[in-house]
Amino acid sequence: MTDTKTLPPQNIPAQTHPAKQILMMLWRDKLAFCAAIFILIVIFCALFGAPLLEDVATKQNLRGRNAAPFDFSKDWVFWLGGDALGRPLLARIVVASQNTMMVATGAVAVSLAIGTTLGLIAGYTTRMGSQIIMRLADVIMSFPSLLLAVIVLYMLAPSVGNLIIVLAITRIPVYLRTSRAEVLEIRERMFVQAARVMGASTNRIVFKHILPVVFPTLVTIATLDFAFVMLAESSLSFLGIGIQPPEITWGLMVAQGKAYLTTAWWLSFWPGLAIILTTLSLNLLSNWMRVALDPVQRWRLEIGKKSNG
Amino acid sequence: MADHLLEVRNLSVDFHTAQGTVHAVRDVSWHLDRGETLAILGESGSGKSVSASAIMNLIDCPPGEIVSGELLFDGQDLLKMTDDQRRDLNGRRIAMIFQDPLSHLNPVYTVGFQISEIMTAHGSPKDEARARALELMERVGIPNAADKIDSYPHEFSGGQRQRLMIAMALGMKPDILIADEPTTALDVTVQAQILDLLEELQAETQMGLLLITHDLGVVAEVADRVVVMNSGEIVETGTATQVYHNPTHPYTKQLIGAVPGTGEMAEPMDTAIKPILEINKMGKKYGAFTALQDASLTVLPGETVAIVGESGSGKSTLAKTLLRLEDATSGEALYQGRDLVTMDAAELFALRREIQMVFQDPTQSLNPRMSVYDIISEAFVIHPEILPKEKWTARVQELLEQVGLNASHMYRYPHQFSGGQRQRIAIARALALEPKLIVCDEAVSALDVSIQAQVITLLNRLQEELGLSYLFIAHDLPLVRDFAHRVVVMQGGRIVEQGPVAQIFDAPRETYTRNLLAASLHPDPEVQAARRAERQDLQEAV
Repeated sequence: MTDTKTLPPQNIPAQTHPAKQILMMLWRDKLAFCAAIFILIVIFCALFGAPLLEDVATKQNLRGRNAAPFDFSKDWVFWLGGDALGRPLLARIVVASQNTMMVATGAVAVSLAIGTTLGLIAGYTTRMGSQIIMRLADVIMSFPSLLLAVIVLYMLAPSVGNLIIVLAITRIPVYLRTSRAEVLEIRERMFVQAARVMGASTNRIVFKHILPVVFPTLVTIATLDFAFVMLAESSLSFLGIGIQPPEITWGLMVAQGKAYLTTAWWLSFWPGLAIILTTLSLNLLSNWMRVALDPVQRWRLEIGKKSNG
Repeated sequence: MADHLLEVRNLSVDFHTAQGTVHAVRDVSWHLDRGETLAILGESGSGKSVSASAIMNLIDCPPGEIVSGELLFDGQDLLKMTDDQRRDLNGRRIAMIFQDPLSHLNPVYTVGFQISEIMTAHGSPKDEARARALELMERVGIPNAADKIDSYPHEFSGGQRQRLMIAMALGMKPDILIADEPTTALDVTVQAQILDLLEELQAETQMGLLLITHDLGVVAEVADRVVVMNSGEIVETGTATQVYHNPTHPYTKQLIGAVPGTGEMAEPMDTAIKPILEINKMGKKYGAFTALQDASLTVLPGETVAIVGESGSGKSTLAKTLLRLEDATSGEALYQGRDLVTMDAAELFALRREIQMVFQDPTQSLNPRMSVYDIISEAFVIHPEILPKEKWTARVQELLEQVGLNASHMYRYPHQFSGGQRQRIAIARALALEPKLIVCDEAVSALDVSIQAQVITLLNRLQEELGLSYLFIAHDLPLVRDFAHRVVVMQGGRIVEQGPVAQIFDAPRETYTRNLLAASLHPDPEVQAARRAERQDLQEAV
């Protein structure tokens, strides 16, 4: 058979450990690698930062009000300056990472999970079921998200848990609509038809054939949404119905620093930078993941392996 | 030297891709004279379109790079001209038409506007251009051109769109018309009409016609000379007759040998055996539109029944309703005595094992995110009664070998294979369920001629070894002639004629079948000339 000769017959990929393979692929994409390290640092801060630096971060020092950054003669926690009550910014950012991450991760994960599930159902069921789900999404979309949040948090106590619920509900339609639209397109593809001809169940088609194709798109949206949720949380905190001081989040820190923008830019700048870097890192990682998950594109991450190894 | 209208000398083009440099064409030379038709013949990846793209300045640089060569048009080297000069030539003196007219017509402008745009772009006044556009539309045979001039592309049929593309190309009375697979996306009868039109227009205007094609039949029909290309190099040049009858290069010989429609026809099967599938008066309606009406046919065990017809004839609808991808609105389909149309889900699930399907485009019918092992073994996941899990690897390996691949291909992904290999994988997947009947929906249409021949050989071998029955849906008559035992001809949702292959091809009864046969192209220029005469007779009879 002439056409089988176009590929060398002996090329069974050496079965390296999957974890090692993933690390190798991450190493190929240097930007994604840096991003992964940054995310790990953030996660570490979120897990262990609060108990370690809690006391330092809440200790007021009125003589060090709005202390300027880069004063290396001071204690290291003051290197990024101090806030309006003289509390060290660096320590506060580290401590705030816990609440910030909890709210953002929680809200994004919940809305991603619910939105995707509903989207898959809406895309693959009868017209009637799809209509009901989509109209529900329209209801949520047509309601200003901030207004919804204000009403709900006014009735419920403003806590991290409630904040997550409110933010998640307002973001569900984004995932729902995207996944439904993609499902509607993918379900008509030939390989789905082929699976149906083989007798594959609906579950199998949805989870094995459709979801893996939709997933990278949704993850990309989720990482973008991460920033949105952090900022939405800060505006709620600013209105006084989000996280309540003395609890802190990055968004709240940005909001608190707003009054001093002209005199002490660092109050808002450093937490803002933390938000930007986190979202940027997540974006780079999701971009890397999209390539790594796609067998057609994966060679881009594997090609360097040959020349380096 | 202005000996030739267009001369390509020693052209080499490279493409720099992430996987290394690809030499798309190497040292290619050919020429084209006024009033002449030159065909560049080659399979996919042979570089047949690259030199035409270079002439039209359509190669993106980078990643493309014209390494060496000259493109002499009227004695001037196109490669030494400025972009402005070349733009002036493009469309005015050298025009091009493409394979898929729908994607090359802008859906938001009227066709009249698009045809006259070529002329206004080269400086004609608007009203003059519009008058000429109307004239051209009439010339290329658009009925009621005056009413249709303000219609949008989607309001025309595929053949008409290609006519519009031709009208657009002819706007400035070009010296050279480059046609890149102009009829590949069209039905055979429409293809014949378009080729006739191109020939007539060429005779009128004495333009040089450069035809890029993979189809020897098209070459035989219109070309004066032919250039055969294989992996970026010219392997053979000569007149169409000469190349067909006395090919010198092994590749050309292989190509000509692979062309279907010249072999022995199969003997009809003994009809005394009980049919495996019996379709009775099956119908399918989409709202008020009837896609399929009163279709009745039978398939015997070990038999190949071909369903031929042009697009919209209902042949794919028949396959879909048969496999319950769509529900039939009337009639019955008895598979070994059980009705597929009314069968409940559980019974249907069991039957999925026995009736399988191979789709047209293997690029789309294989999930790009699953490895070959996952794709084939999915059959065992869905139907666990076939095999215990520990035997899966061995069985997948065996299936791959059965379809002419090998075990090392198991952990690769579909995109790492060529089109022919992918179709083999799709066949292996169908075989994994151990079916008795395989529905092939245009299963080889997307493949190159030589690969087509290999896949057909494979299907034949599997039929002998496993006693499979095929329901083979195709639009390519020569292919069917070699492969099928019986042929069913469909038109407009109805079966117009059916019978043993020899009867359909040698003594067709219906006019539609005769038209279809007359329109299909034969690779031998001499046979084709006779066929064309026959076609013209048929036309005159109408």
